[in-house]
Amino acid sequence: MGVFLIRRVLQSVLVLFLMSLVVFVGVYAIGNPIAVLIDPRAPQEAIDQAIHNLGLDRPLYEQYFFFLGNALAGHLGNSFVFNEPALHVIMQRFPATLELTLSAMVIASVFGLPLGLIAGYWSERPVSRVIMTGSILGFSLPSFWVGLMLIIVFSIELGYLPATGRGATVSVLGVATSLLTLDGLRHILLPAINLALFPMALIIRLTRAGVREHLQLDYVKFARAKGLTNRRILFTHVLKNIMIPVVTVMGLLFGLIIAFAVVTESVFAWPGMGKLIIDSITLLDRPVIVAYLLLTVGLFILINLVVDILYSVLDPRVRLSEDSR
Amino acid sequence: MSARTAGGPQATAPAAGAETPFRRFAADFAASAVAVTALVTFVAILLIALFGPLLTPQNPYDLAQLSLWDSGLPPGSVGTDGQVYLLGTDDQGRDMVSAIVYGLRISLGVAISSGVIALVVGTTAGIVAGYFGGRIDSVIMRIVDMQLAFPAVLVALILLAVLGRGVDKIIFALVAVQWAYYARTVRSSAVVERRKEYIAAARCLSLGAARIVFRHLLPNCLAPLIVLATIEVASAVALEATLSFLGVGLPVTEPSLGLLISNGYQYMLSGRYWLSFYPGVALLITIVSINLVGDQLRDVLNPRLER
Repeated sequence: MGVFLIRRVLQSVLVLFLMSLVVFVGVYAIGNPIAVLIDPRAPQEAIDQAIHNLGLDRPLYEQYFFFLGNALAGHLGNSFVFNEPALHVIMQRFPATLELTLSAMVIASVFGLPLGLIAGYWSERPVSRVIMTGSILGFSLPSFWVGLMLIIVFSIELGYLPATGRGATVSVLGVATSLLTLDGLRHILLPAINLALFPMALIIRLTRAGVREHLQLDYVKFARAKGLTNRRILFTHVLKNIMIPVVTVMGLLFGLIIAFAVVTESVFAWPGMGKLIIDSITLLDRPVIVAYLLLTVGLFILINLVVDILYSVLDPRVRLSEDSR
Repeated sequence: MSARTAGGPQATAPAAGAETPFRRFAADFAASAVAVTALVTFVAILLIALFGPLLTPQNPYDLAQLSLWDSGLPPGSVGTDGQVYLLGTDDQGRDMVSAIVYGLRISLGVAISSGVIALVVGTTAGIVAGYFGGRIDSVIMRIVDMQLAFPAVLVALILLAVLGRGVDKIIFALVAVQWAYYARTVRSSAVVERRKEYIAAARCLSLGAARIVFRHLLPNCLAPLIVLATIEVASAVALEATLSFLGVGLPVTEPSLGLLISNGYQYMLSGRYWLSFYPGVALLITIVSINLVGDQLRDVLNPRLER
């Protein structure tokens, strides 16, 4: 366990380091930071002075370590657009993204698990085929298109729900949330459903496969022989066993949803991190782009690490060796 | 590729002659009416994309052919010159049918070319890893694992945020996202195949490694690859559309379906839904038909795909 943990953490640090290198070379070395950071109408001496102050006259590797040192200290530069520290700008948007992803996660599990159980238990019946067709559509339809359709149907044609924005928020313990106001809930419903479709499709498939596999196993036969009701077999015995892979995948899914939130937030103009990165790319707001990329990569590495450790805790049979496949 | 070979004479029963593997495959494939419909649809889409300029009423990007009098017409309107705009026009009087056909060309062109490059890169990496094993294997597979830990959208977004917009850049991003799937799939079948006798026999004949890998090993790893390639083209179409919709994919000079949807999006709330809706339908039909063909191929060829 100890060795495994150290090895995984070292691996994660290595990945993060490689990523910072890629991002640095891409954003700072290929692009021209001078043109973006310094007013070209300034006198030549002032430009030279600014280049020197920013360290842009030094060799690339020195610049990289400079950048790395600053990044480790949490300084990723000021946003050109907001004129505030880039990390601060992103952190301001984080609660909106978090509440959207959490809502999507809740919707996906609340609907996905029962549907998967049904499709697995009655796998030969038409109801299973309907559910599975739905889940294939959930996989293959581009989520931005589904979002547009939701807007066309529920906002434009029926006029039930607002199409864009976040709605009224209330502050709970210093964090603004829209989950506690009616207006906020009306605004979050469509984007949350849109974001939930992909993870829901995945949860349905996993649960169904798990149920089908476990119904064949000896412990289920034994439970049947003991005369337990189907309901008890399914909900007490089978469900407990299939939860292990489902829970782990849900952890991984959380990262996936944060990535997909970029799309949903852009479609519904939801003021979160995802919309911010797209706006920043359009406006060439480099410090924010760099900060977002490093933050997301860091988040992903963290999620993967936690899931790996959780998996070994949940299922002792999983050997924590480096030989993954 | 696979789609075209499967489009042969499927109706012929095994009784019509000696049963070849291809005949059996075609008959298995044709067992599902849904899959055949999907295949016909996809071939039709391919043909429309190939011969698009000959079929459309106008070249939507030749400004001389556009009439501003006809701008913003709803589907089915009759233009000033008496022509019918089946799917309406945009704010510059561009016929949406033509715009969609041209968009389809770009979407499919980008998806298929990136698919082919990813297939070649990924297959080479995967088969080398699987055949040689050892250190090469673990280095290649560690890179694959590392990359698959991140969602495709995110990797593509990072690359495009760094590189900027452009046809070559989006193809690069799609290849970078997809090669790992090919590598993993090929590697897993190569690991199994290389232990078999025919490989040992080829080694005993002291054939070169390249010859063994590409002439003996690769043909036996093809089945899962065909399925994967089909599905990956569909996901490349979807991913390109998503990225272009977000404004980080193709430049405005290459209006793919995703860009058409994105351009139409700003008019949607003012009621001109057709500018986004119909390109979206075209995108959807493309993606769903490719996926259905891929699903049936998977059932027929039955490779154990790990995804």
